[in-house]
Amino acid sequence: MAVNMRQDKNPMPSQDPNVRNHNFLEVALGYTEEQALDEAARCLNCKAHPCVNGCPVNVRIPEFIQKIVEKDYEGAYQVIHQTSSLPAVCGRVCPQESQCEMHCVRGKKGEAVGIGRLERFVADWHNAHSTEAPEKPQSNGHKVAVVGSGPAGLTCAGDLAKKGYDVTVYEALHLAGGVLVYGIPEFRLPKTIVQKEVDGLKAMGVKVETNIVVGRTITIDELMEENGFEAVFVGSGAGLPMFMHIPGENLKGVYSANEFLTRINLMKAYKPDSDTPIMDLKGKKVAVVGGGNVAMDAARCSKRLGAEVYVVYRRGMEELPARHEEVEHAIEEGVIFKTLNNPVQINGDEQDCVKSMTCIEMELGEPDASGRRRPVEKQGSEFDLPVDAVIMSLGTTPNPLIKATTKGLEVNKKGCIIVNEDGLTSREGVYAGGDAVTGAATVILAMGAGKLGAKSIDEFLSAK
Amino acid sequence: MYRIVTKTALKPTVILYEIEAPMVAKKAQPGQFIILRVDENGERIPITIHDYDREKGTVTIIVQTVGATTEKLSHKQQGDCLHDFVGPLGKPTETEGKKKVCVVGGGVGCAIAYPVLKKFHDCGAEVHAVVGFKNKDVVILEDKFRAVSSVLKVCTDDGSYGQKGLVTEALKELLDAGNVYDEIFAIGPMVMMKFVSKTTEPYGVPTTVSMSPIMIDGTGMCGGCRLTVGGETKFACVDGPDFDGHKVDWDLAVKRNQMYHDFEVHKHEEVCNLFKKEVK
Ligand SMILES: Cc1cc2nc3c(=O)[nH]c(=O)nc-3n(C[C@H](O)[C@H](O)[C@H](O)COP(=O)(O)OP(=O)(O)OC[C@H]3O[C@@H](n4cnc5c(N)ncnc54)[C@H](O)[C@@H]3O)c2cc1C
Ligand SMILES: Cc1cc2nc3c(=O)[nH]c(=O)nc-3n(C[C@H](O)[C@H](O)[C@H](O)COP(=O)(O)OP(=O)(O)OC[C@H]3O[C@@H](n4cnc5c(N)ncnc54)[C@H](O)[C@@H]3O)c2cc1C
Ligand code: SF4
Ligand code: SF4
Ligand code: FES
Ligand SMILES: [Mg+2]
Repeated sequence: MAVNMRQDKNPMPSQDPNVRNHNFLEVALGYTEEQALDEAARCLNCKAHPCVNGCPVNVRIPEFIQKIVEKDYEGAYQVIHQTSSLPAVCGRVCPQESQCEMHCVRGKKGEAVGIGRLERFVADWHNAHSTEAPEKPQSNGHKVAVVGSGPAGLTCAGDLAKKGYDVTVYEALHLAGGVLVYGIPEFRLPKTIVQKEVDGLKAMGVKVETNIVVGRTITIDELMEENGFEAVFVGSGAGLPMFMHIPGENLKGVYSANEFLTRINLMKAYKPDSDTPIMDLKGKKVAVVGGGNVAMDAARCSKRLGAEVYVVYRRGMEELPARHEEVEHAIEEGVIFKTLNNPVQINGDEQDCVKSMTCIEMELGEPDASGRRRPVEKQGSEFDLPVDAVIMSLGTTPNPLIKATTKGLEVNKKGCIIVNEDGLTSREGVYAGGDAVTGAATVILAMGAGKLGAKSIDEFLSAK
Repeated sequence: MYRIVTKTALKPTVILYEIEAPMVAKKAQPGQFIILRVDENGERIPITIHDYDREKGTVTIIVQTVGATTEKLSHKQQGDCLHDFVGPLGKPTETEGKKKVCVVGGGVGCAIAYPVLKKFHDCGAEVHAVVGFKNKDVVILEDKFRAVSSVLKVCTDDGSYGQKGLVTEALKELLDAGNVYDEIFAIGPMVMMKFVSKTTEPYGVPTTVSMSPIMIDGTGMCGGCRLTVGGETKFACVDGPDFDGHKVDWDLAVKRNQMYHDFEVHKHEEVCNLFKKEVK
């Protein structure tokens, strides 16, 4: 088939910005078959396939795209599935522009091939058409426990179950999925997709035990010593929110992004039949502090609850760490960016409700250790931004509970679990991966770590 | 699912539930709490562990009906199940090495105070207790308290039972009578705990309070339960729920708990109307 030399990516069909900023339905609607075929034809099927090296799990990109060209969509799915367990998720939320698509040769002149969009198309096609029931593999008699049901834990559980391990996933919350269910909003990642993954695992015989806080309800030592688990994979994420420690941060109306998003996503506070409250933001002003994906999600949720929303970020637009698409979507939906500003204090009224946030203007100085230009305060430039709520979205670190309750489990200064190149921790039989090891990162990296954990656990237990 | 093994109304709006939750029962300690959800759309609410039976695999909680969720819970019957029940959460109360303590409980807070008081007693401390209620009709657990404390003062706001007045007055009497306590432990409404702390401060007696801010996950993930204690931010669900009462920023804590007042009132009405319809 002829290569399509058009320079632009097929645009993603999306809900109209002024409609979608009032609902929680998925924003991006996905390619039609025609669009997918047209986009797939833009791939040059490069021998050197630089795109593959840009993908943290090396999805065999040209290979799956050629299957699309051949209209063998199930075949395309199988190619992706060999290296990635969550294509419907990653196709939607991977920061493609800094991974696979950044390296695509088509990007040198024009836009890169829409690899993520094609991945999503293939995964959605599979989910809609595949009828094969997942088979329950022959048991090999070994018991493995997985702590946490985010992308790392789910992937590890799935890979082990396929090999016949008797896997139990323990999750602290009442619903499995980790950040995919409590953090990332429905309009970016419909929860039915996550549920399908979890149901798939259950069909393979994986037991998913929710409402179990490992370290409190049961410890890792008890799992291994009293409950017959021969190995444990810790995928407990990085769920501890950071605050700025500025005056006024505990006033009424100041949220961590985790709290705000949990109320909305996990507890469905935006629906009338939910018993969980959320601040009424209709006609109110909200400042979201930070510039990552989490900040964009908090901003776009606030918008959907009827607020005027400012993203307050201390560097410039160029430096926003969020996925490009999220920033674009946020702008389209009417979120206002107040970059090169930093909060110094939050001010309350007599009821201790937020009434404004004092900010100081910033300018970019010399590059710091991370290579990004360091923001410095402009002396005397403080001003008051009138707002009714502030959402702190400054990042997260691993929760100290597991470390505190597991003998001999070593962590670094930031509280991240230390592992070797096989994902093994300082404790024999205890493996770890995902945000719990790296600190807040990405879905695809967590998934990759889950795969590595499963491989290492299999090797460890096979050798026993 | 977590089955209600027994349900006993101590008072029309104060109900004891024994819940089947073997893994929680196995680990529970005085001072810790659980988080429950009544049904699929339910919110997550924290409730202190009143008692547990490790062999039977049950956990007992005492819940006062105050709003939508506790109302829904009160309509569940023996044999019904709760959707979610997770714990034990929070740090257990430090009860060891104390010679003489005074436990102050207010209202349903007495349900929470009891296991702590009993543990102090079992650890060998001499225990005094001051418990306060609105009136005679809502006095709970008096016999249980009496069995483990050498001095028990029951107070009612209107004097319909025991001593008339506030727990702080009764506590002050004990302190002025020369009782020297290693610790005073207060559990009840925030305002009561605030005034207990204010009362003991001039005496320099270490005072521990069991804080009850609004929670969601209970694992340190959301920061919604944060308090300002001694100028520092603390997460009550993991750093507490027990804190030094002399260091808590009370005004802020009390106000933060009223954050969702309008929603709560509305939700409660909605739920009550729903149950009224069902009855018809
Ligand atoms: C709002 C938001 C938006 C994001 N957007 C993107 C995006 O667009 N693209 C992208 O690639 N990445 C994004 N990320 C990052 C990505 O979601 C995470 O890197 C990824 O989910 C990490 O996976 P994980 O499995 O390591 O941990 P998590 O997904 O955090 O899952 C950990 C699970 O373990 C459970 N747990 C924790 N402690 C215990 C315990 N003691 N016992 C039992 N269970 C426990 C937690 O409840 C949780 O369910 C976003 C993150 C957030 C918060
Ligand atoms: C650690 C802890 C232990 C507790 N132990 C007990 C107990 O043993 N028995 C008991 O009867 N009550 C206890 N409570 C209080 C109980 O959680 C609230 O009464 C309950 O959440 C009210 O829910 P509702 O929907 O019925 O009422 P609402 O009308 O929704 O709320 C009434 C009041 O309860 C508080 N509240 C509301 N939602 C929450 C929430 N999610 N978390 C915490 N507080 C909230 C607020 O101050 C609110 O104004 C405890 C609270 C905490 C934090
Ligand atoms: S998994 Fe992510 S990085 Fe890899 S090819 Fe797919 S979208 Fe690109
Ligand atoms: S680099 Fe781009 S064009 Fe080349 S194979 Fe990869 S996706 Fe196709
Ligand atoms: S309840 Fe979420 S951190 Fe305490
Ligand atoms: Mg409520």
